[in-house]
Amino acid sequence: MKLNRRAFIGTGAAAAAALSAPHARSASHGGKPKVIVIGGGAGGATAARYLMKDGKGEIDVTLIEPSRMYYTCFFSNLYIGGVRDFETLGHDYGGLAKAGVNVVHDMAVGIDRDTKQVTIASGAKLPYDKLVLAPGIDFVEGAVPGWSVAAQNKMPHAYKGGSQTQLLKAQLEAMPEGGTFAMIAPPNPYRCPPGPYERVSMVANLLSNINPTAKIIIADPKDKFSKQALFQEGWGRHYDGMIDWIGPEFGGGNVSVDPDAMTVTIDGEVTEVDACNVIPAMKAGHICEIAGVTEGNWAPVDGAGMVSKADPDVHVLGDSSAQGDMPKSGFSANSQAKVAAMAIRGELLGSKVFPAKFSNTCWSLIAPDDGVKVGASYAATPEKIAKTDGFISQTGEDAALRKATYEESVGWYEGITSDMFGSS
Amino acid sequence: MLTLRERPRNGAARMFRGRPRGQARGGGWGVSPGDMARVKNSEQGKTGMKRMLSWGLAAMAGPFLCVNLSVTGALAETETQAIGDPEHGAEVFEYCSGCHQVGAGAENGIGPQLNGIFGRTAGTIAGFSYSKGLVREGRNGMVWDLKHLDAYLENPKALVSDTRMSFDGLETQEERNDVMAYLRQFSDNPQNIPEAQPTVRKQEVELPPEILALVGDPEYGEYLASECTTCHQIDGNYDGIPSIIAWPSDDFVVAMHAYKRKIRPHPVMQMMAGRLTDEEIAALAAYFGALE
Ligand SMILES: Cc1cc2nc3c(=O)[nH]c(=O)nc-3n(C[C@H](O)[C@H](O)[C@H](O)COP(=O)(O)OP(=O)(O)OC[C@H]3O[C@@H](n4cnc5c(N)ncnc54)[C@H](O)[C@@H]3O)c2cc1C
Repeated sequence: MKLNRRAFIGTGAAAAAALSAPHARSASHGGKPKVIVIGGGAGGATAARYLMKDGKGEIDVTLIEPSRMYYTCFFSNLYIGGVRDFETLGHDYGGLAKAGVNVVHDMAVGIDRDTKQVTIASGAKLPYDKLVLAPGIDFVEGAVPGWSVAAQNKMPHAYKGGSQTQLLKAQLEAMPEGGTFAMIAPPNPYRCPPGPYERVSMVANLLSNINPTAKIIIADPKDKFSKQALFQEGWGRHYDGMIDWIGPEFGGGNVSVDPDAMTVTIDGEVTEVDACNVIPAMKAGHICEIAGVTEGNWAPVDGAGMVSKADPDVHVLGDSSAQGDMPKSGFSANSQAKVAAMAIRGELLGSKVFPAKFSNTCWSLIAPDDGVKVGASYAATPEKIAKTDGFISQTGEDAALRKATYEESVGWYEGITSDMFGSS
Repeated sequence: MLTLRERPRNGAARMFRGRPRGQARGGGWGVSPGDMARVKNSEQGKTGMKRMLSWGLAAMAGPFLCVNLSVTGALAETETQAIGDPEHGAEVFEYCSGCHQVGAGAENGIGPQLNGIFGRTAGTIAGFSYSKGLVREGRNGMVWDLKHLDAYLENPKALVSDTRMSFDGLETQEERNDVMAYLRQFSDNPQNIPEAQPTVRKQEVELPPEILALVGDPEYGEYLASECTTCHQIDGNYDGIPSIIAWPSDDFVVAMHAYKRKIRPHPVMQMMAGRLTDEEIAALAAYFGALE
């Protein structure tokens, strides 16, 4: 595609754009300024692509990501529900490499912010002028007594994409007739607020097709959750009698598991389960702690450019960041990445920096063709990224609208994945 | 097992079990997909398109003569009446008129004008920026005859996978026949473009001329566009969210202001447009308009 930069007469919009002073170019190592992006997910892939695309060859962009294929968490529940094939969730980095991003398939293991270097598992040290951290989430150790990542094959979290999602589905399919599936839901804040409840919906869809007398228990430490009224209505309509939700009032927050015995203990009472999905409390990807940019579980940033509060040359995107009102979602991470890319480009090349705008929409599928959505727009204030406007699907909407909402989400999936990875 | 069951709890804990059993399980909606959407798009479903027909319309269609398309090779002789009901077709065309004009004086808009569509090679109207797909099909010799138009109207992407026409298709044969009968009136042989007014789109919002005259900054538009491309694909592909590239500036600006003023119903677009200034809308129109 071509952008035709035909005669353009300045309008007020251009005046609104602040021109930031270009920093000294690549002070430490001469040549083009270097940006290293850690993590090739919704935040990192988008940031790398936009830095490359808008930097017009003047920024050296390296993406460090251990996996050769990125399997999205978004729409992974649809795979569990039997609505989508697993292969459709996988994306490679060919498009980014073709666009000029230096894609390094390795794990970042060390960060020295004084000398501005990233160490990768192979031992190499890579210098940067600007560092982007977008490593997603890790789990808080000991959050669910009895569970640790060592037990993730017996009780999968399926909260990072790929093999965990496949494993959970296989375990659901292997459940005995009339068996019990339990989900241990996470406390706030966590990635994808409606995610656990969309998952329950899709598990219910799967089970009502292959094992209709099976039962689903959710133990939840939260007394309310995202899109609750919509899920509640949908569960009643599609999966009547199948789902038990146990909130904190009834001990849903007082839970331990025994992955060897396949039992779940809720408020002192032991239940045998046939499949169990433990979604523990979350924190920023571990590399953020290594970088020393976290406070508590997350990495605080200033929303205007997603700049770490600990270091002006470090940007934190997506789930790892503590930014204010935006939910931890792929849409949010993608939105934040563009703001950060613009800010970084402005600093490195002196290009225009426009005021940050953020948005998010999360679609959820309750049953095939029964889609709902929630969304909001946000602006960066000095304190935080603050919500400015929003909307949510309504209960009682007709089937045609719900179907259209689902179809729209399919379009969004195509849109965001091509916005992240370009075309290979 | 399931000691939980035996434990006395008040109903609130099992908040989702309140409904009588056996009612809805697996039964779903009690509405067949056909009833749900004779035209697959629903009111809020398609952000970029005008939805002026009410759902009642499809029901009004009634039984119409269905031609056997396999015997319509002799296209030139086909009477519009034999294709379908052009009057009802004119109503169905309201799905199309957000993007396409037809009739005397019709001009290209978001989509090409449709006078003389029958017998025309695909992708060949001068001055219209077509998707790669339609240009390719045209080069391969695809001509709009009943068979191809019918297939395209039923499922545009099935016929031309990379078309930018953001429309899910007309599900029923009647609707397709009727709209083709309507369009047939504006194709020659006989040379009979009626003196009817072109299907000028109703102005959805009255915009002062200075707003339409704003010339946007495409560079600013490019930045703002990054918010749009999370959903709208920049290469114009349509997978449930409309293509917004290569639109005439006025169409883009009118559409955005219609969302901004909540005349168009889509909640995401109302929110997105709601916080854009007139200059920002012009900048987006300039940027997306220049993409091809
Ligand atoms: C079940 C489920 C459903 C969801 N549904 C939706 C949805 O419908 N819509 C939506 O918007 N969001 C959804 N999400 C949320 C979405 O997946 C995340 O919010 C999003 O992926 C966050 O992007 P990120 O860039 O922060 O992290 P990620 O996308 O997780 O990317 C992080 C990347 O960093 C890499 N990485 C980590 N550590 C290192 C290291 N040390 N060195 C190098 N690389 C590293 C990882 O391999 C990973 O590829 C869902 C999530 C789940 C679990």
